[in-house]
Amino acid sequence: MAVQEFISPTSLSEAQQVVGDGAASSWLAGGTDLLVGIRLGARDPARVIDLKQIPELTAIEIDETSVRIGAAASAFDVLHNSDVPSLFPGLAEALNLIGSTQITGRCSAGGNLCNASPAADSIPALIANGAQCRILGPDGERTLAVEDFVVGPNQNALASDELLVELILPRPAVGTSDAYLRLTPRTEMDIAVAGAGVSITVDESGICTAARVAIGAVAPTALLVEAAAQAVVGSQLDQAAIDGAVAAARAAATPISDKRGTAEYRTHVVGVLVSRAIANAQARITEARS
Amino acid sequence: MNKPLKKMAVQATINGESTAFLCSPGQVLAEVLRDELELIGTKIGCNTGDCGACSVLLDDRLVCSCLVLAAEVEGKSVQTVEGVANGGELHPVQQKLLEHGGLQCGICTPGVVIAAKALLEHNPDPTEEQARYWLAGNLCRCTGYDKIIRAVLDASKTMRGEAA
Repeated sequence: MAVQEFISPTSLSEAQQVVGDGAASSWLAGGTDLLVGIRLGARDPARVIDLKQIPELTAIEIDETSVRIGAAASAFDVLHNSDVPSLFPGLAEALNLIGSTQITGRCSAGGNLCNASPAADSIPALIANGAQCRILGPDGERTLAVEDFVVGPNQNALASDELLVELILPRPAVGTSDAYLRLTPRTEMDIAVAGAGVSITVDESGICTAARVAIGAVAPTALLVEAAAQAVVGSQLDQAAIDGAVAAARAAATPISDKRGTAEYRTHVVGVLVSRAIANAQARITEARS
Repeated sequence: MNKPLKKMAVQATINGESTAFLCSPGQVLAEVLRDELELIGTKIGCNTGDCGACSVLLDDRLVCSCLVLAAEVEGKSVQTVEGVANGGELHPVQQKLLEHGGLQCGICTPGVVIAAKALLEHNPDPTEEQARYWLAGNLCRCTGYDKIIRAVLDASKTMRGEAA
């Protein structure tokens, strides 16, 4: 490693000062991608700026309208938060799938998002839940939807002097739940062949009144598939509506063929996952009502 | 690129003892433990966070020490396999690994000991499935895992005060 400098700022303003002075810097959250990238020669920052001493970056805060997850809060901390897993069981499913216990202890939703792998597990779950990115730059703050944050494989929308501060998820409305499913050839320690995150709202009469469907590992970036949501909104989530969502997800998928699966296989599987994820979210809503 | 790296002075609690060391800014904890502090129980296998041989507890959190910069542990507490036994008395996880033959070549064992101890502190009565998922990040090429899992579940009984 040729890292020349390690800096551990304790405030957002200090972080902005150190990143603004021109040296090639990398932000360090859990390090489970950055340090591997440095080891393998894919990343070569002269300076590493640790974000975990900045309170906003590791905080998890919940109020009446939103849940804010600091960009460097570890998956372990999110999974063991007293409220987040019950508010967003699908997001918890996704975070729990990122690597081993050792990796979950360090990795973060914010880091998984910034790393921007097409197969990242947390990204479809964040998109399904309408998560927004709070970004801080030298000229102030901006907000970007997660589906617009990733611009290509391993490429995000941050300028070199911008920082992802936190992810803001609207609190789920009454009768809302989410689910995330992925397919891997084995049960653990693997990368998604395809993934699907959904969030649906179902009213007392069983009508789906809102939906967001996101798919992963089947395109250069995770995708929000609005046509899949439109297929189920207004329905009783009957077979015809589900079939419509499945067809829309398959139509949106543009996967590659690689050692994990052919494009044809991935396209088929992502539809199956969308259908099952909708069923899981629906079952959670039914259970919460009973 | 040849300019000498500025060494950083780090103060941490390692296996309960206040410890100071020098490290380069990009040096990982696993390397410092082994090369600077002579705590060679921690093994380096893949160096990319896949094998778990370098597992340590960082502020009681199970992590791969190959994916932690040494500079990050300033002010924190680190436990390695050297800090698990109580003097000459083995921890139940260590004792049960011996009794069940849950090791052969031994390279994965320090990481398994740390990870299993973390599991039982987190969940004193794991199911076999929970134990297998928790330890999925500790690769072993010798045992086929079964004896490791039996040892860990047996250790959980001992630690709960039940007869084996």
